[in-house]
Amino acid sequence: MPGMAAKRQTIEAAPHYTEYHPRWYRPPVSVYWWLGEWHYLKFILRELSSVFVAVFVVETLLLLNALRNGADAYAHFLVTMQNPLVIVLNVISLFFLVFHTITWFNLAPSATPVRLGGKRLPDIMISGPAYVAWIVISAFITWMVLQ
Amino acid sequence: MARHEEKASNEPFFWILFSAGGMMAALFIPIHLFLFGLAFPLGWLHAPSYEQIMALARMPLVRIYLFVLCALPLFHWAHRFRYTLYDGLKVKHLNEVIFVLCYGGATVGSLIAAYFLWTIG
Repeated sequence: MPGMAAKRQTIEAAPHYTEYHPRWYRPPVSVYWWLGEWHYLKFILRELSSVFVAVFVVETLLLLNALRNGADAYAHFLVTMQNPLVIVLNVISLFFLVFHTITWFNLAPSATPVRLGGKRLPDIMISGPAYVAWIVISAFITWMVLQ
Repeated sequence: MARHEEKASNEPFFWILFSAGGMMAALFIPIHLFLFGLAFPLGWLHAPSYEQIMALARMPLVRIYLFVLCALPLFHWAHRFRYTLYDGLKVKHLNEVIFVLCYGGATVGSLIAAYFLWTIG
């Protein structure tokens, strides 16, 4: 029948499948994507603070090693810490660590939202006590070391 | 019936270490760094004598505290630094090498801390 043949032909002709998936459109992102926008820069600075956390641990390991090796080694450690380059490194480290503390406390309410009676506790009720704990702990450590 | 087995992700475990280390670093490190990095070297405060600081370091609780102060923040560093390298430098393809270097470094650092604290006289 002529009608059948025509129908088969349209079925065969209509779909045209590609064998491979078409390439995604993914515009290349620069290695410096985090420069130029404060939010991105803040993100990278927060990530970078971890490097100074590691620097602090290395300094603490040097202190512990000095303590093992006696009074002279401890005196030598204290002199090393007076080196201007070490001071500059520690100023930068302290800046990053305080930056870490503040961003960490301010993110805590988003990371662990607390609900009380169906209502979300205001952010300050979670980050507030963290700041208080920070001050109390810092005062206690200073007292322990200086007494 | 065959059970569909999925490889469990180890990400939550490392995230908990990251999170605990981050809290530890936030609460405890700034004051330590201020005292030993600035206040004592610049003479704002008097550094404890060897006898005084050893009296502290001999206390078991202080040793445990100092171990945790080194170990947890190192694992915090390992997690964050791994992602700094992935995102900041876009080197996701070096995934495995970076993973081993970061967590291996944190483990070695923790072991050194344990050894030093164990052998303090």
